[in-house]
Amino acid sequence: MLTRLIPWIGFTAALLILPLLFDSILAISVLNQMAIAIVFALAYNMLLGQGGMLSFGHAVYFGLGGFMAVHALIMIEYETVYFSVTLIPLVGGLFGLLAAIFIGSFSTRKAGTVFAMISLGIGELIAASSLIFVDFFGGEAGVSGDRTFGPLFFGVDFAQNVEVYYLAAFWVLVATLFMYLFTQTPAGRMANAVRDNPERAEFIGYSARRVRFISFCASGLFAGIAGGLFAMNYEFLTEENLNAATSGRVLLMAYIGGLGYFIGPIVGAVVLTLMNSLLSNYTELWMLYLGIMFVLTVMFLPRGFAGFIMMHQMAWYHGKLRSLFIPYLITGLPALIAVLGVVALIELAHTQEELLHFLGIPLSPSSAISWVVVITVTAVAVNATRRSLGQLKKAWEFANEAAMGTRE
Amino acid sequence: MLEVFIFATLNGLVTGLLLFMLASGLTLIFSMMGVLNFAHASFYMLGAYFAYSISSYLGFWTGLLVAPVVAGFCGALVERYGLRHVHKHGHVAELVFTFGLAFLIEEIVQFLWGRDTKNYQQPELLDFPLFTLFGQEFSAYRGFMIFISVAIFIGLYYTLTRSRIGIIIQAAITHPHTVANLGHNVPLIFMGVFGVGSALAGVAGVIAGPVLTTFPGMAIVLGSIVFVIVVIGGLGSLAGAFVASLLIGLLQSYAIASDVGMPDLLDLIGVSFERSHPLNDLWTLTLPQIAPILPFLLLVLVLIFRPTGLLGKREE
Repeated sequence: MLTRLIPWIGFTAALLILPLLFDSILAISVLNQMAIAIVFALAYNMLLGQGGMLSFGHAVYFGLGGFMAVHALIMIEYETVYFSVTLIPLVGGLFGLLAAIFIGSFSTRKAGTVFAMISLGIGELIAASSLIFVDFFGGEAGVSGDRTFGPLFFGVDFAQNVEVYYLAAFWVLVATLFMYLFTQTPAGRMANAVRDNPERAEFIGYSARRVRFISFCASGLFAGIAGGLFAMNYEFLTEENLNAATSGRVLLMAYIGGLGYFIGPIVGAVVLTLMNSLLSNYTELWMLYLGIMFVLTVMFLPRGFAGFIMMHQMAWYHGKLRSLFIPYLITGLPALIAVLGVVALIELAHTQEELLHFLGIPLSPSSAISWVVVITVTAVAVNATRRSLGQLKKAWEFANEAAMGTRE
Repeated sequence: MLEVFIFATLNGLVTGLLLFMLASGLTLIFSMMGVLNFAHASFYMLGAYFAYSISSYLGFWTGLLVAPVVAGFCGALVERYGLRHVHKHGHVAELVFTFGLAFLIEEIVQFLWGRDTKNYQQPELLDFPLFTLFGQEFSAYRGFMIFISVAIFIGLYYTLTRSRIGIIIQAAITHPHTVANLGHNVPLIFMGVFGVGSALAGVAGVIAGPVLTTFPGMAIVLGSIVFVIVVIGGLGSLAGAFVASLLIGLLQSYAIASDVGMPDLLDLIGVSFERSHPLNDLWTLTLPQIAPILPFLLLVLVLIFRPTGLLGKREE
């Protein structure tokens, strides 16, 4: 029992301690983005990872929940309704759930390509309608509210971003807990069964459609909660929050993190938010790097980052993980240099300026020496990486073989 | 009224045939590999950009010949070194891969050519009105677009149904193992079809670039519509894709040209609402306003009531 609680205690502690360690304004805003992304990516994974439904329009529930939450903020401001703004994410969640019940009633009939196409169509439809129905969506300007009205919550008025962070952390914890518990319920287990073999699930008496519908609604609820958190944090929403770009981003997060694991989307959300906010400070090409990383992840790490970590479970379990450390270092170092070399080449080709400081090294796009040096270093590093793959493979086989040997 | 109708029909025809050039490649690729290629419209964009770069040195006509070949070559490379590798991870991985590729190609285009709109012009040779009807001109370039699209359609039809290679392709779609046992290199056929499909998208890009403007977002604008067409027509059905392309092209064109809307409908049934009504946006909706979303509305309706599409036979 206790070992099952340890990850949760660690997660709670991390949520509480992080804003104390990183307390600058920028850091807090990044943490808030992370909190929103974690809930949204987990909600998305309920659909794709656990239910096997690939959606290209999940931002619809995030966005609709968020828009409703902003309208709730406005209603609180004008005293049409009277409740604490701490409940705003729940408003978003309920509206996301409503939308999911309505749309899921016909879109979950089939999984696979049909579901993916309906989700794409609905996504485009809602995104386009949001520019037409100005009263609710505010057109291109969007709608904005103010989170500081309504009854105070133990004297807190949420004027500061830190206060919003702790509220978001609370909702992240609640949402993550409930999403985890959902995977343990019969409904969650059946979602996995229907994902793997809908026909067999039908034969033992479950309606695949109803199972998918339940997952879909739950996913819509939590996506709406994420939208509500977004509304609390930014206090405004635009068409951008429910269009295809947002849907694509959440797919990216869940996939890079790892679909097959509960913590996968959390890893993906954290990594992508960090990349988004840190990398964009250094280079305007960060979207290009993100695209390259995504394509390479799909090609070489089909189980995502979480899957990569979990690959070492066996070696770790038998105490052989240490034998991998040096081989990893031997391959990792030239690989890192190769990656940096390629990045330097891309930056050199792109820059408009005369002098470019890459990791403190001055490089100039107009000098031949810069080009020769960077290309040579990259080529040598790539070659070294390729040559070192053999020893890594051997070490990997040793670690896992030995582990299997002790098992017998 | 008649002139509006005729010009809407002509414009719809141009758009529809252009869409078919993309949809035909996508359909062929889907029937072969069973994967909907999200990056298909990206090759359309690459075609337009390659043609822009080539035409600024060697003129439009060289661009028309060379750019699709380059785009098709890129497509073949993607199949050989990307998609074939991802294939073993399953369908979702393939779909997600092409999705990521579309994202990546857009970034690469921005990296190579910049974010701004490119001044890619139609050739001077075709810069004259083909005919004048009711005082409105129909440009020769649009006529040229119709000509190229129809020529490609006929060429594709004859290659697929009459030539030896077409028959092998058709056989490889339904019975890849038998075809392989007969001594044909099926992976090479797959790569070839992917390349030719991408090249067709490239042709569409070359001839659409000057009319629909060449900018980094052009793949997204057309990409989802092409998807809609392939699904509405019935996945894997070339004839269905043709019907759906023309349907969508004409539908959008008529919707934009029309001037009716909800107010007319409300007048007809004798209902009226105050301006302050909460659903005022709905009651003042006009047809041109919703023209961009009509394809998606049609997609959702078709998928609900006829999930196999208009002419599709494929069951999930």
